[in-house]
Amino acid sequence: MKLVKKAIAGTMESSDIMITIAPAEEKGIKLDLQSSVMQQYGKQIEAVIKETLAGIGVESAEVVAIDKGALDCTIRARVGAAAFRAAESTDFAWEVRK
Amino acid sequence: MEKRYTKERLRRSMMFVPGNNPGMIADSRIYNADSIMFDLEDSVSYTEKDTARFLVYNALKTLNFGKKEIVVRINDLASGLGIKDLEAIVPAGVHVVRLPKTDSAQDVIDCEREIERIEKEHGIPVGSTGMMAAIESANGVLNAREIAHASDRLIGIALGAEDYVTDLKTTRADGTELLFARSMILNGARSAGIAALDTVYSDVNNEEGFIAECTLIKKLGFDGKSVINPRQIAPLHKCLVPGEKDLRKAYAIMDAIAEANAKGSGVASLNGKMIDKPVVIRAQRLIALAEADKAAAEEE
Repeated sequence: MKLVKKAIAGTMESSDIMITIAPAEEKGIKLDLQSSVMQQYGKQIEAVIKETLAGIGVESAEVVAIDKGALDCTIRARVGAAAFRAAESTDFAWEVRK
Repeated sequence: MEKRYTKERLRRSMMFVPGNNPGMIADSRIYNADSIMFDLEDSVSYTEKDTARFLVYNALKTLNFGKKEIVVRINDLASGLGIKDLEAIVPAGVHVVRLPKTDSAQDVIDCEREIERIEKEHGIPVGSTGMMAAIESANGVLNAREIAHASDRLIGIALGAEDYVTDLKTTRADGTELLFARSMILNGARSAGIAALDTVYSDVNNEEGFIAECTLIKKLGFDGKSVINPRQIAPLHKCLVPGEKDLRKAYAIMDAIAEANAKGSGVASLNGKMIDKPVVIRAQRLIALAEADKAAAEEE
């Protein structure tokens, strides 16, 4: 999925994460992560963000994530919403709960 | 086919949870509401409809809500948002879809058609997903019976009072203004054998007024009510669950029936009064409600 503009999803409220995503010229995901739980969960949050982007086919992006203690499902939701806004797409492939 | 919903279950409280608030969504599991209702409609601003949809979708797919019933209030289909909501939440495993602003049986039929299409597209057995319809206009109230009978998926119909009183050109007051709507919805629901669910009480700081409203809807016969704050759950449950005196009487009635049956007598009586069939049905319901309440308390 190709990003065409900068987009934001999420808030700075507790239990949320604010994701800012923009197209990148170089291939790969450039991530700037700030988290209130960086010590304990920094690597996990980074992994969830990258997995979510890979799952929806985003190969190049500049991402700024400001985490306020979000659960993994919230991280996936905010990354997905931001990416689809940035791609100006609504064609999300909703999946069945397993 | 295994359905995600059951028509007969305890539905004293349906707690509204704003669909774009991750903290409230995560915390909703810890309160003892019988049903949790994630809202994609009025509590979500127009510019955040997409993000709320992503959030509720991911929460439904990931979080464990135990035995609670999970309802999602979608946007109305005419807005164009409702169908997008369904496309996300039906695959994600919602138990019951709450359709807002239901004016006619056709609104239910149109929504059901979309749910069925989505179920087929995802290989989900057709009929797995339940529905409930919220009636929020004079037109809807007058069509309550037809709405209640419009789909086998319906678990209940509910009153949405804020829009309704606006349609009537009045405001919320002591309940007099809602008596006709409540009676229509209750009779419509009962004629279809489904639940009747009352509207929210918005003044969360007025516990006395809230309890008075709970007492009124219990007298009318409602199964339960929407709540907007966890603080409203305990007083609502306390109000709707049978008191000890009523429960003792119900057990005494059932004992008298059992005794009469053992003697081969067709007529049972208690304290000199004949026990006829409606008395027995009411006693059975009361005992079932008390047992369901006990079971729900043990799960918490």
